[in-house]
Amino acid sequence: MKLLLSSLLTTTMLLAAGAASAQEFRIGLQEDPDVLDPHKSRTFVGRLVYASLCDKLIDVDAELKFVPRVATDWSWNEDNTKLTFTIRDDMTFHDGTKLDAAAVVANLERARTLPDSLRKSELTSVTGVEAPDATTVVLTLAQPDATLLAQLSDRAGMLLSPATFESDIGTNPVCSGPYKFVSRVQNDRIVLEKFANHPDADDYHFERLVFQPIPDSTVRLANLRAGDLDMLERLNPSDAAAVRDDENLQFMPIAGLGYQGITINTSGEGDGDNPLGTDKRVRQALQLAIGRDIINEVVGNGLFEPAQQPFPPASPYNSDDYPVVTRDVEAAKALLAEAGHERVAFTLSFGNNTTATAINELIQAMATEAGFDISLQPTEFAAMQQEMQAGNYQAAQIGWSGRVDPDGNLHQFVTCEGTLNDSNYCNEEVDRLLNEARETPDPEARLPLYNQAQAILQDDLPIIYVYHQPWPFVLASNVEGFQPYPDGMLRLKGVTMAE
Amino acid sequence: MLKIIARRVFVAIPTLVLVTLIVFGLQKILPGDPLLTMAGEERDPQVLAFLREKYRLDDPFHVQYLAWLGNVLTGDFGNSLRTGVPVSTLIAQKLPVTLQLAVMAIIMAMLIGIPAGIIAAVRKGTVTDYAANAVALSGMSIPNFWLGIILIMIVSVQWRLLPASGYVPLTEDPLQSLRTMLMPSFVLGTALAAYLMRHTRSAMLGVLTSDYIRTARAKGLLPKTVILKHALRNALMPIVTLSTLLFGELLAGAVLTEQVFTIPGFGKLIVDAVFTRDYAVVQGVVLCTAVGFIFMNLIADVLYILINPRLRHPQ
Repeated sequence: MKLLLSSLLTTTMLLAAGAASAQEFRIGLQEDPDVLDPHKSRTFVGRLVYASLCDKLIDVDAELKFVPRVATDWSWNEDNTKLTFTIRDDMTFHDGTKLDAAAVVANLERARTLPDSLRKSELTSVTGVEAPDATTVVLTLAQPDATLLAQLSDRAGMLLSPATFESDIGTNPVCSGPYKFVSRVQNDRIVLEKFANHPDADDYHFERLVFQPIPDSTVRLANLRAGDLDMLERLNPSDAAAVRDDENLQFMPIAGLGYQGITINTSGEGDGDNPLGTDKRVRQALQLAIGRDIINEVVGNGLFEPAQQPFPPASPYNSDDYPVVTRDVEAAKALLAEAGHERVAFTLSFGNNTTATAINELIQAMATEAGFDISLQPTEFAAMQQEMQAGNYQAAQIGWSGRVDPDGNLHQFVTCEGTLNDSNYCNEEVDRLLNEARETPDPEARLPLYNQAQAILQDDLPIIYVYHQPWPFVLASNVEGFQPYPDGMLRLKGVTMAE
Repeated sequence: MLKIIARRVFVAIPTLVLVTLIVFGLQKILPGDPLLTMAGEERDPQVLAFLREKYRLDDPFHVQYLAWLGNVLTGDFGNSLRTGVPVSTLIAQKLPVTLQLAVMAIIMAMLIGIPAGIIAAVRKGTVTDYAANAVALSGMSIPNFWLGIILIMIVSVQWRLLPASGYVPLTEDPLQSLRTMLMPSFVLGTALAAYLMRHTRSAMLGVLTSDYIRTARAKGLLPKTVILKHALRNALMPIVTLSTLLFGELLAGAVLTEQVFTIPGFGKLIVDAVFTRDYAVVQGVVLCTAVGFIFMNLIADVLYILINPRLRHPQ
């Protein structure tokens, strides 16, 4: 009896404790970020943390236009080979050292020269960085580079305290953002604390941010519902209906910068030697066989906005000339017949997860009606990447997280020597157009170049874009002032929590 | 006694070497290039080449293996390829979590399993016995992750009694720490309780029919004394062994339970590491859990001897 009583008492005590402080904002992430060094890190989820931790030279707004952050102003010289930034002079890093032009130069040099810097390829056009005075930074370029501002609005433009370069930055990053690093337990949490000396400190209303990686979408949502989180990112589309109906939650999805699509091995050799890889009419037939709107409705619950182009809907480079192709089984059959095939068989690989399985089974079913016999090959993601790079695949359903600049979503994938060109696609005219677009900073002159390249690519179809990657955010109903951005970042300026 | 332990430890060394060889070898067979996951979406060829050299991924198998083994012997497990954190730090971070979960789960299992087993044995053939069996069977057959999610839905979302997931270190806030671990250890414990219940029942049944129990009963001892003092003591051997071995298994981490409740223990660490081809972490953690398992085996042997005096002086 005594035992029963005492255990009852313990249980009551255990159940009664708890509740987090109101000054804390807890965010559920889908994955655990990788190394927290902006120059070495590679994951999308890591950038969600940087948005509060590390300031960058410039930022983008909801229309993907560049806006000031550490740099108040920037300008190009006449032939677009010098880019000059004016740096704010009222900022310090989290360790108290001054953020000046020299610190910016040191950061850009580190990003450019560190042997394992992943930013190096983003800054290849830069040949020199110097600081003529404490608030001016001048970048000298080998040739004009239209992508540079976009790179500097992301990790390549993030600023670490140069005094900490020799320390272990990846486990203890010292930046200048509105929040500073406190602690991290891998797979468990990353804790940031408000940085009182940030010039915008008054607009950030939480004392602490806690990022918690919770990979299972159902569990992430359960945590939000139980009040253990204040917001989560990347809700599983299958939960969308339930969240829309829940009065205690706010659902804020937005179409992102990335896409999901079908990459086709067009090398013509090895696994690329099949009708789908060698004949563009077969690829056009496949595109006609797939109902992107059906995928959006059935699997995406309205979150998978159909995509025809690599550029996000928010981008000015998304052209009206290429509306989404709708499903037309008869036209697909006719094209196959014209190519001399009654039925075409191929293997479609995809990263093994529930959503991808549903999408690819749907694609398989729809394509069957038009004359395709698709064998599905669910593959573990890392293994699939390796096989694709080695050219050991026929077609693969894979995505790209997306970049602000159009170049980032296209150039590396379809130019002959592109490092991400797993299609092994090569067309000299496309190379010429995309290389020229890369060196044309003027948007007016740049747009026609992309349109011309798209005219060829939409006909050749090395990649069939299926849908724009959404960023479905869910927030507790008492969170106010949050706005989702197409780049999927969490900008917490002005966000508050009602009591 | 010490001699026995020393011999056991000595025998464990080849086992450990074999474990490292198998893990090292299996990882090399695994498709997927760790560098592709490390170099990120961009896959810059320059960076790839640098990393390949830095982590000696082009060296032949035996060179890589011996280099790693040499470092391990000096206490250096290498750094995580993914986050750059030393593997020894990761192990030190995760070990208390996994230990706490394992201890709470095994206590939970013993609290449920042993009494249920005793009752089922004493009331053999009655409704109570069948009920205990049914509960045990469902404990074994209900998948952990399902039970976990259902518990989260009911206890955390509906009733808001316990945190849905996460982990708070025992040293930081003991009460909150126990609260976060309560559901996961219950989920793990129920599955293990089923095994313990079955073993306790059969061991007790064996003992209860033996002569000395009949004598004890004939002497007019209270049934409680007969069962708990005379019968259970002798039935305890297989149960202790089983509990120790189950505990050893728990030390390897409980992948599904950790995933559902987002507990940053060994199970989650190793699964993530395998998916990102973080070789150094996989090797370090497997080695560590292998040591843990072998150690628990040793403990089981020692307990055996302590409980059963007949084993103390082998002829």
